[in-house]
Amino acid sequence: MFFWSLVLIAVGIFSSFIYGRSRIKLNSKKQGTKSKSLPNYYAQYVLMWCLFPALIVYFSWAIFQEQIIQNIVISNFEFIEGAVYNEGLLLAEIRNVANNPSFADGKSIEIINAASHYSSLRQISQISFYTSIIIIMLLGALYASQKLKPEFHAQHTIEKYIQYILIFCSSVAIFTTIGIVFSLIFESLRFFAEVSIFEFLFSTEWYPFIPIREGQTAAEGSFGAVPIFAGTFLVMVVAMCVAAPLGLLTAIYLAEYASPRVRKTVKPLLEILAGIPTIVYGFFAFVSVAPFVKAFGQSIGIDASPTSALAAGMVMGVMIIPFISSLSDDVINSVPQSLREASLGIGANKAETIKKVILPAALPGIVGAFLLAISRAIGETMIVVVAAGTAPNLTGNPFENVTTVTVQIVVALIGDQEFDNPRTLSAFALGLVLFVITLFLNIIALQIVKRYRERYE
Amino acid sequence: MSNSKILANGVDVYYGSKQALFGISMDIKEKEVTALIGPSGCGKSTFLRCINRMNDLIEICKVSGSIKVDNEEIISEKTDVVSLRSKIGMVFQKPNPFPKSIFDNVAYGPTIHGLVDSKNDLEEIVHSSLKKAGLFDEVKDRLNEPGTSLSGGQQQRLCIARAIAVNPEIILMDEPCSALDPIATAIIEELIDDLRLNYTIIIVTHSMQQAARVSQKTCFFHLGELIETGETNKIFTNPDNTKTQDYITGRFG
Repeated sequence: MFFWSLVLIAVGIFSSFIYGRSRIKLNSKKQGTKSKSLPNYYAQYVLMWCLFPALIVYFSWAIFQEQIIQNIVISNFEFIEGAVYNEGLLLAEIRNVANNPSFADGKSIEIINAASHYSSLRQISQISFYTSIIIIMLLGALYASQKLKPEFHAQHTIEKYIQYILIFCSSVAIFTTIGIVFSLIFESLRFFAEVSIFEFLFSTEWYPFIPIREGQTAAEGSFGAVPIFAGTFLVMVVAMCVAAPLGLLTAIYLAEYASPRVRKTVKPLLEILAGIPTIVYGFFAFVSVAPFVKAFGQSIGIDASPTSALAAGMVMGVMIIPFISSLSDDVINSVPQSLREASLGIGANKAETIKKVILPAALPGIVGAFLLAISRAIGETMIVVVAAGTAPNLTGNPFENVTTVTVQIVVALIGDQEFDNPRTLSAFALGLVLFVITLFLNIIALQIVKRYRERYE
Repeated sequence: MSNSKILANGVDVYYGSKQALFGISMDIKEKEVTALIGPSGCGKSTFLRCINRMNDLIEICKVSGSIKVDNEEIISEKTDVVSLRSKIGMVFQKPNPFPKSIFDNVAYGPTIHGLVDSKNDLEEIVHSSLKKAGLFDEVKDRLNEPGTSLSGGQQQRLCIARAIAVNPEIILMDEPCSALDPIATAIIEELIDDLRLNYTIIIVTHSMQQAARVSQKTCFFHLGELIETGETNKIFTNPDNTKTQDYITGRFG
């Protein structure tokens, strides 16, 4: 149904465009004056007045139709039956019978009646849907065609409309973000209604199991997130230990030493590293790096577990190298050439120039790059899910199993669970904390980068 | 030829396939101010940047010919560019102090060249360089403030102080006043006149009045060629070449 209505709308806007174009030509010929804008703008004007009302009708039908029909069917049904039913199951049954009459065998007469009611309502809705789309497009075109006079500034109006469209598009992302934040906050509030916020933030026991049945003897859940944050921090530190020196030195090589040809090849190659799906890094960490870490640990007499903070952190470090190298390379490049010349002109060699002039000048930007990389590392999920383990150990030993915020969110949401117990709700609280941390890191990083930019421009 | 400081012979410069300088030969005397004048794009800055090998920074730039500083060839693979540049200071068109304190700006050169053993020596060099650049009295109370906080003219004098702190013999100036107002320009010109007693100075300038005021020798460049060179007085009053005549009387350029 909705496919054919799209075809209908397409035909409508195509003909409205043609109509608008020929109509304005005709009108201006009749009046003997030249139109204020080019004919295409008048055509677009008619088109927009056709398209947008039709889209509004289309989407409101798509969103509300099923809901309204179901409500009508259900309300009639209960009136007849008077018994208490599970609404969702009942509706599913009615829909099944309506869509596939062979299911009708053995169903009660009320359900069969309701199903036929449902089908007829759908048919009515469909017909009225097509009619209203046609009517609304005609109305739009009619309204627009009254404006098709040569003295009407179609171009200005079109530009205004385009501005509205752009504002609408950009607000979609913003409102989505706001929506996400609010849902995080509200679900977290539900969590904190059951678990005290102090326990969550300061207790060191993470044991997110709750009795599934009434009277089960399983231990009461305990939701102290400290080991999780400690694990996240540990993995992040390992990752930065790998990524910071490698990334920064790469950036220095690319920006100061590499010939333009090398730079042009190497930089995109490095950026490919950032494009590898993180799950691929994850099983690389698990299959190749973790056994190596375990063997290495044994050779120096440390008992390493098969999944460890070190393995996950090292691979994550490799993953964020391009963030650091690429951003730092840009920052180093934007240090003005005049500073290089000044330093070299005094007789400093290249290394002195880089160490004493360029890196200090680029430092704020480099710090910004590091902070962005850290927030990426904290939010990273798949590598740690596969390679860091799920045991909430409070430890500073990178050879041990640890778990991170993102891993615990995954664990909390796996399986058939309703969002009504602290175990699943804890995902939102963890997500909220993660969101707040990365948000702050990003704000600080962007602020630093911005201030640095202003200094040289 | 006895006291010639810089002796250029048949210098050609190419940017890629485009030739920017055509067989420049020039003899620059010690402790004089030589002005390089000419219309934009005539190659005078390019020539200046050959003298301290600053053109090395431009990948596509190829220099051939011979330039001798104190009878030592500098257009050669074997030249020690770092020690050459410590002997030849450079002041750029736009003041380019480091984003460090005033003190650190001047101390930068002496520190990297290991010219000082103690903090006191360093302080002394910084102070005397600032004095020579005529900036000391203005900044002596705020040596720890960033060099970028100074005015344009002060920044340019800071750059001069930075250049002379490593005790060079030659100072190259690439349009040092083009970003400055007339008052700051006058101060710098006076400074150049003082510096002449101790340093050999080569200055690129767009302003013919400036060349006439500060220089003893003037070289006129046009389209990559050295058209005429001689005493500043003579160039500005009675040039041999009609192109020079046209340029200084403002008929082109």
